[in-house]
Amino acid sequence: MAFCFRLAFPGITLLSLISFWLSPSAHAQESPYIVAYDHYLEEPGNLEVEYFSTFGTQRAGNDFHAFWMEFEYGATAWWTTEFYLDGQTTFNDSTTFTGFRWENRFRPLKREHFINPVLYVEYEHKSGADKILKEGEGHDVEADFLAPNAEARKEHINEVELKLILSNTFKGWNFTENTLAAKDLSNSPWEFGYALGASRPLALKASAKRCSFCRQNFVAGVEMYGGLGDRHSFGLHETSHYLAPVVAWNLPSDWTLRLSAGFGLNDNSHRFLLRWGLSREITGFGSMVSRLFGGHK
Amino acid sequence: MKAFIAALSAMGVSLGVSLAYGTQEKEPRYKYKKDALVYAEIAKAPEKARAKRNPLEKDPDAVAAGSISFEQHCSECHGEAGEGGKKGPSLLAPEVQNSEPGAIFWILTNGVVRRGMPVWSKLPEPQRWQLVRYIKSLGAAPAKPENAPSTTPTPTAPSLPRH
Repeated sequence: MAFCFRLAFPGITLLSLISFWLSPSAHAQESPYIVAYDHYLEEPGNLEVEYFSTFGTQRAGNDFHAFWMEFEYGATAWWTTEFYLDGQTTFNDSTTFTGFRWENRFRPLKREHFINPVLYVEYEHKSGADKILKEGEGHDVEADFLAPNAEARKEHINEVELKLILSNTFKGWNFTENTLAAKDLSNSPWEFGYALGASRPLALKASAKRCSFCRQNFVAGVEMYGGLGDRHSFGLHETSHYLAPVVAWNLPSDWTLRLSAGFGLNDNSHRFLLRWGLSREITGFGSMVSRLFGGHK
Repeated sequence: MKAFIAALSAMGVSLGVSLAYGTQEKEPRYKYKKDALVYAEIAKAPEKARAKRNPLEKDPDAVAAGSISFEQHCSECHGEAGEGGKKGPSLLAPEVQNSEPGAIFWILTNGVVRRGMPVWSKLPEPQRWQLVRYIKSLGAAPAKPENAPSTTPTPTAPSLPRH
């Protein structure tokens, strides 16, 4: 499986990059969050291809670089579906494929409200070596990452994750709160977690000229996330928490660059998580695929 | 591995359903009906929203800035000159052009989610008002005869400034 991954991951990345150059694109207006979600879904028919990296420090063990590819498709204006492929390299150890995720987000309300809910359902099939830290949940702590890859990847986890996303945009500021409940489909208790975020574009008015460095192209903010224990011991005991300033640069050339420096807030957390991501939105992907199969002339 | 294949199959089915749904939406007769339904949403804008005045009404840069935002976010569905596209209705139609700026702003903010138009409140308010200025600058199309089969592009649509 790891051998297949070593061949497949660069292949998928290369194919994705080629598809970027050959496809029409849309100027992205992406939020800077890497862990938290706001209530904005992918535009219908568009595909966003994203690559993310997380560099994490590890006390009493080897630092790591975890990475994932995301394929986010706007099925309708109220439903976005996403597919993830995850992997990681632990320094002085090895590189391994750690699993995949299939995520769906639904917007139940027709219009904008002061608080906008989005329902999130995800299925994860991952190994114990997963280190992408895409969410904080349960009693996950830094020491869980000490096991060598060869041992950790023997553990297989099938997990369902539910989130309630509550988000509000006011005077250019976005505030979001995500409540998470996750259940390993083996005999494990429900685990809980949270993510909070606040962000704002550096300028609210758009410039009358096309520009890369205009302030409106930059969105800055902060996110905080962590675990809240499980059904048997709910709370902050033996949980990890992070605070991360985040910034997104929405380039006129249709790429979005995100950067986040996360700091562990207690002794159970990794001291430092440096994350970055690159994404591009492909406009009208649904129509292109549909035309391939003769669906639309 | 089995779970991976199962998840891929499930994704394929859901993608197929959404694509088939999208294809069905693009048939001309359905599109005309859909356009009418989208236009009807404008009439649902509350009085308070209609009464809002565009704070950028006298901003000399608002139309130019709005044209760039339109090209980036709207032209994919509504056509490069707002003449209507595969997915979105014409913005040159009297239903749009005769609407109050506040009503267009309200539609941009709330979208018409069940008819395929996403909410655009992720654009800050001033950028939405710039878009309203630009959309209104496109001007009204000549009235169409009744029972027109579809909303076709208007030949008299003004050419847009490109910056």
